[in-house]
Amino acid sequence: MDSGRGFFMFLDEPKPLPHNYFVKEFLCGMKTKLVELKNISKSFDGETVLSDVSLYIHDKEFITLLGPSGCGKTTTLRIIGGFETPDVGDVYFDGVRINDVPPHKRHVNTVFQKYALFPHLNVYDNIAFGLRIAKVKEPEIRERVSEMLALVNLRGFEKRNVSLLSGGQQQRVAIARALINKPKVLLLDEPLGALDLKLRKDMQVELKNIQKKTGITFIYVTHDQEEALSMSDVVVVMADGKIQQIGSPTDIYNEPVNAFVADFIGESNILDGVMLKDYSVKFAGHTFECLDCGFAQGEQVDVVVRPEDVDVVPVDKGMLVGTVTNVTFKGDYYEIIVDVKGFKWMLETSDFVGVDSVIGLYIEPDAIHIMKKSEYSDMFGDYSTFSDEMDHLSDIISEEEE
Amino acid sequence: MMKNKRSAFERVASSPYIVWSAIFIIAPLLFVAYFAFTDRDGNFTFENILSLSSYSETFIMSLGFSLIATTVCLLIGYPLAYCMSRTSERTRSILMVLLMLPMWISLLIRTYSLMALLDNGGLVSSFLVSIGLPKLTFIGTDAAVILGMIYDFLPYMVLPIYTSLIKIDRRYLEASADLGCNSMQTLLKVILPLTTPGVVSGVTMVFVPSISTFYISQKLGGGSFDLIGDTIERQFQNQVTYHTGAAVSLVMMILILISLAIMNKFSDNEEEIIV
Repeated sequence: MDSGRGFFMFLDEPKPLPHNYFVKEFLCGMKTKLVELKNISKSFDGETVLSDVSLYIHDKEFITLLGPSGCGKTTTLRIIGGFETPDVGDVYFDGVRINDVPPHKRHVNTVFQKYALFPHLNVYDNIAFGLRIAKVKEPEIRERVSEMLALVNLRGFEKRNVSLLSGGQQQRVAIARALINKPKVLLLDEPLGALDLKLRKDMQVELKNIQKKTGITFIYVTHDQEEALSMSDVVVVMADGKIQQIGSPTDIYNEPVNAFVADFIGESNILDGVMLKDYSVKFAGHTFECLDCGFAQGEQVDVVVRPEDVDVVPVDKGMLVGTVTNVTFKGDYYEIIVDVKGFKWMLETSDFVGVDSVIGLYIEPDAIHIMKKSEYSDMFGDYSTFSDEMDHLSDIISEEEE
Repeated sequence: MMKNKRSAFERVASSPYIVWSAIFIIAPLLFVAYFAFTDRDGNFTFENILSLSSYSETFIMSLGFSLIATTVCLLIGYPLAYCMSRTSERTRSILMVLLMLPMWISLLIRTYSLMALLDNGGLVSSFLVSIGLPKLTFIGTDAAVILGMIYDFLPYMVLPIYTSLIKIDRRYLEASADLGCNSMQTLLKVILPLTTPGVVSGVTMVFVPSISTFYISQKLGGGSFDLIGDTIERQFQNQVTYHTGAAVSLVMMILILISLAIMNKFSDNEEEIIV
């Protein structure tokens, strides 16, 4: 293995992400492509799980595969790990095709969903497992295990029975067990899925720190968009076995490519619009100035406006006028639903407005994002069926499906 | 932990079995103990136990035979169970039926059929003669008795091992491969340790009936073997030797309990042993 490389050499702070990931890509062509997927397709029992997925992952990157259950993110991860073979397409690792390399010969380790710690081994032996297989000498194993235990904050847990640990502790053992082998890539399959919210937040920070400290490439799978945005250098949004968008968290949020991404990442009002000319779009019966260009004149488009980007103003100053139908107190802001000519907008405002009050909506040009029409265009509309409970319900359902 | 506070329903539900075991398990055991420590006039004595030294050869032979049978069953049974667990659902159920089929037939009849096959003038022997090989003299040898034990008890080895094999979560195998194990290493480092409870109950379920069998040695041994089971059976046929028979039974039970305790050590308290 790459014994010349120290384990904790990469202590430097991560560089701030440039506005556009692909620009960075262009400027820094020197970055090594560590993992590359080329035109991968895969189906199980005639059902297509992945269709024509192409993706490359750079060294030392924290990349997240994000999407709803059944979008193919876990299958993509399993193909990189070697647990599935693609029907079509090639997998490259460090420039070498590895389609036929079995998992135990890949420089990749996995933190499994629900951890898969060996129940017949204690914490120490679980973590030492990979090194023992690699026939590392016991004194070195001892040293590296204690290094790992320190890294994941589990000093003194060596002799514990893994099945008696809490979820968070098992999680840490699983991370240590994978990282001790100094993999070039660490695959994480919804590693925080089984933890409660508070622990999850803590572990997110910790995982990010571990990734920075070790400089190992992390490929992370989750259906939690917040998790993806807060941890990743690069987010890959997937749906229906296809990659929808690849980009930095800010790109994904600010410049979603289609209605699916706009809806899946954060809250958004998605409206049908018409490009009148460059920098001018008409939707909701009003013509707005915008920053987008390059569309055909009169082209039908999807318009995204984020709830926090709409200003609530007096009626006479509003570009649009609507009636408040619902107000939810969210702590530091109010989430309100506003009916504008039958289309229900979601807005976030720090000033209280009462139900049934009539307000004006003001939208700055940079708050408007224009997207091409896609197969997802008509699937996401307004917030007319919105309710908080429904949201939670669908969350629970999607988690159970996993 | 909550044993001292059992609901009325639990008490009622468990009462039939308690009555049953009192009559058919506890009471006979007490009788055996009583007979083992009394003489013909009902006086307390150690005589019966002490006289058992003359049976030491029987004990050693029985122990040896059943240990060999158990070992062979394990060596055949584990790979068989392993292969079964890795086949498709369909093949698996066919193999399962094939394995269970003999168990639907009485043990006694199975032993008789084996005898018919291997008898000195039996099917196998006649076949060998017909193709010009020497006549088989198998019945009456050590090998015949051990073969009988293996033949009769092999399914009891395979089933618990198979059950523990299919219970292994796929993710453990994937984790093992992920951490660098080839399939042989996965078998030795992950699958084998995880199936120890299955192995222990398989070994128990073969070892215990093997050590106490009497008809296998009588039928396949051609009357030339005297295992513990035979000794006990013979002594209980005559009222005069009841007391010695009881003593032999008692010692055998203690022997079995010691063996189980040793095997329990191996299973690391992971699961209770099914006896």
